[in-house]
Amino acid sequence: MNLIQQRLSVPVIKVPQGRLGMWILIAGELVIFGGLIACYLLSRLRYPEWAEQAAHTSTFFGALNTVVLLTSSFTIVKAHEAALKKELTKVTIYMSATIIGGLAFLVNKSIEYTNEIHHGFTFSSPQLQESGNYVGSLFWSFYYLMTGLHATHVVIGMIIMTVILIQARKGKNLHRVELAGIYWHMVDLIWIFLFPLLYIAK
Amino acid sequence: MENVSHELSHGDAHGHHEHHEHHEQSFWTKYIFSQDHKMISKQFLVTAIVMALFAMFMSMIFRLQLGWPDHKFPFLESILGKWAKGGKLDPGFYLALVTIHGTIMVFFVLTGGLSGTFANLLIPLQVGARDMASGFLNMLSYWFFFGSCLVMTISMFVDQGPASGGWTIYPPLSALPEAIGGSGIGMTLWLISMVLFICSALLGGINYVVTVVNLRTKGMSMTRLPLTVWAFMITAILGILSFPVLFGAALLLVFDRSFGTSFYLSDIFMNGHPLPHNGGSPILFQHLFWFLGHPEVYIVLIPALGITSEVIATQSRKQIFGYKAMIGSLLVIAFLSFIVWGHHMFVTGMNPFLGSVFVFTTLLVAIPSAVKVFNYIATLYRGNIVFSPALMFAIGLVSFFISGGITGIILGDSALDIPLHDTYFVVGHFHIVMGSSAIFGMFAGIYHWFPRMFGRMMNKTLGYWHFWTTLICVYGVFFPMHFLGLAGVPRRYYSNTAYHSFDTLININSMITVFAMIAGLAQLIFVFNFFYSLYRGRKATQNPWNSNTLEWTAPVEHLHGNWPGEIPTVYRWPYDYSKPGAKEDFIPQTVPFSETESSNAAGMQ
Repeated sequence: MNLIQQRLSVPVIKVPQGRLGMWILIAGELVIFGGLIACYLLSRLRYPEWAEQAAHTSTFFGALNTVVLLTSSFTIVKAHEAALKKELTKVTIYMSATIIGGLAFLVNKSIEYTNEIHHGFTFSSPQLQESGNYVGSLFWSFYYLMTGLHATHVVIGMIIMTVILIQARKGKNLHRVELAGIYWHMVDLIWIFLFPLLYIAK
Repeated sequence: MENVSHELSHGDAHGHHEHHEHHEQSFWTKYIFSQDHKMISKQFLVTAIVMALFAMFMSMIFRLQLGWPDHKFPFLESILGKWAKGGKLDPGFYLALVTIHGTIMVFFVLTGGLSGTFANLLIPLQVGARDMASGFLNMLSYWFFFGSCLVMTISMFVDQGPASGGWTIYPPLSALPEAIGGSGIGMTLWLISMVLFICSALLGGINYVVTVVNLRTKGMSMTRLPLTVWAFMITAILGILSFPVLFGAALLLVFDRSFGTSFYLSDIFMNGHPLPHNGGSPILFQHLFWFLGHPEVYIVLIPALGITSEVIATQSRKQIFGYKAMIGSLLVIAFLSFIVWGHHMFVTGMNPFLGSVFVFTTLLVAIPSAVKVFNYIATLYRGNIVFSPALMFAIGLVSFFISGGITGIILGDSALDIPLHDTYFVVGHFHIVMGSSAIFGMFAGIYHWFPRMFGRMMNKTLGYWHFWTTLICVYGVFFPMHFLGLAGVPRRYYSNTAYHSFDTLININSMITVFAMIAGLAQLIFVFNFFYSLYRGRKATQNPWNSNTLEWTAPVEHLHGNWPGEIPTVYRWPYDYSKPGAKEDFIPQTVPFSETESSNAAGMQ
């Protein structure tokens, strides 16, 4: 055996390599979103008038997306379960379902963005600024930044899952299905925080 | 592994051709896109040395301006062109030099260079692993780092000038491209470079933590780890938890600069006209920045402290005093570093009560720091000291840590900080406690592990010359700055002769510049020593310092996989030096207790 291939087979491994790395990565990701959410919360406490803007976000689409993401989290758990049993067809089906869930999320999100932009709610919305409502456009800045960054993570998650799926359906690197699942749960978890903060709290 | 062979090629400094599985690695996979942690650490080291020379050269140019503000230096025009018309440094470019000097030194040399070099070299070798957990991520980490160095260097040559808002890039100056020349394309490149750097730091950090947690060899429990490895792991955790916040801050800044948001901007007038930015707060940036920025100070310092622990114990031939207290104090420092960031912001109109909370947490840092200093001195006390250049630099670090730490207590107190804020007192303080300490730790590491990295010894005499000139010059440069600060001289000013009250201080500034020039020349001794020893240095033996740790059990010639046979097993902690009753004054970690009957009674662990 090559020395380097041998390096992972030392006796003291406690947590599988990739899983440990993924948890550490998630710690970093949570700090990014944690920082942004903290900034948002403090600004929200400072500007009660944001409630007026938050009323313009679509709770329906938000709730729909929450359902979509939660469902896709369920399917990736099923995919992991199937991967443990090496049932390749099921892995393929459930992972594809998760990817489609991510896609559905993005479609909803773009419909939502389009509506909001049509109504003039943007970073530097002229209608808000002309009426002197600068604070209002700050809400939308946070809204687009946080949901946009989250959507970027959805896209990254879909890319990762596609790559893993291509290998997993041939039975290669099945343990990576779990890693994709952990990542996807994080994406889900962040959304669970963003949804009440941006949509429900009015 | 039975078919792994290796041979040493003589006369070539990088000389170690390996044969794995009967194929030789090409130049590209071996030197450029290497996944071997030892080669990656060399890549980090050489890149950091080049960047450090670059940043040091900048500091010499702006020191010329500060030392002799009314003098013209025609040779500057031939180097800098339009930035020094008629030999007089352009004020805008002065700010750019200060900014880029700070950025390069803090991020590229003392974060990327120090952690990248020594965490990569020592973690796998000292915990007994074949390589990092992921060689591929490790390679990516270096190439992101290289890319970020490259972008930062390119930003020096753009038409409007590089970023000039200080290394802390406070908005609104950095957020409005039209504010100063440097806030245009230069600032954009700065941000791109920093995003690449954050990627590099995160990839490296994840790898370091996973390797330490997972890939320790048999018998290597967490309390048998050398203190270097503890330091690198804690540093990596700090990086993982703080660099993402800088990423967030930079993201908001990019949106403010390019997409018309107003996260950091409010009530701004330019040329008498209000800008359409309102509602944000520039203080928000400072909170986000210093939430990274303060841990960053310890990201810079902790690896240097770890290296010092190892070097001091080895070279004073004594077990480290208070091994567990050393780990504990590192953990406490790391924890406290996240709750002290407000002490950078006492003058932002912070609620005085909140300020007093930050004063309290800041002064708490003095306790674990004092524990460390006490333990270093107690380890040295009555040791059988081998005065190698590495030990000299480690003692230099302890000296800086004390003198810089004391001024840190002064600055940590809000009542004293408010008048001293943004004066040369602050410049003197952090250059001693963070800059010089960390760079001395890095020098100690280079002198100590040079034989491990390159299979040759560095020249000792040149090392002493380098040490003494640098030590004297560091104090010559930064000690007088405290007095300038107490007299009220503000930092970042282009010329201190603009105010008559500072006229009497001009001689001090000239003296500082002279010391800075000598310090710069002294580094050339080091550079010469480094590259000369690379090719002509005395051949190193396998364990030149009679050290206990695992890296010295690996063969001198590098081998991808580190040990040709089995990975050694560990039976004891790494600091069994001068054990009473032992045959020699060191017992490597690989020696079982059954072989050292005569000394076991006296031992710890």
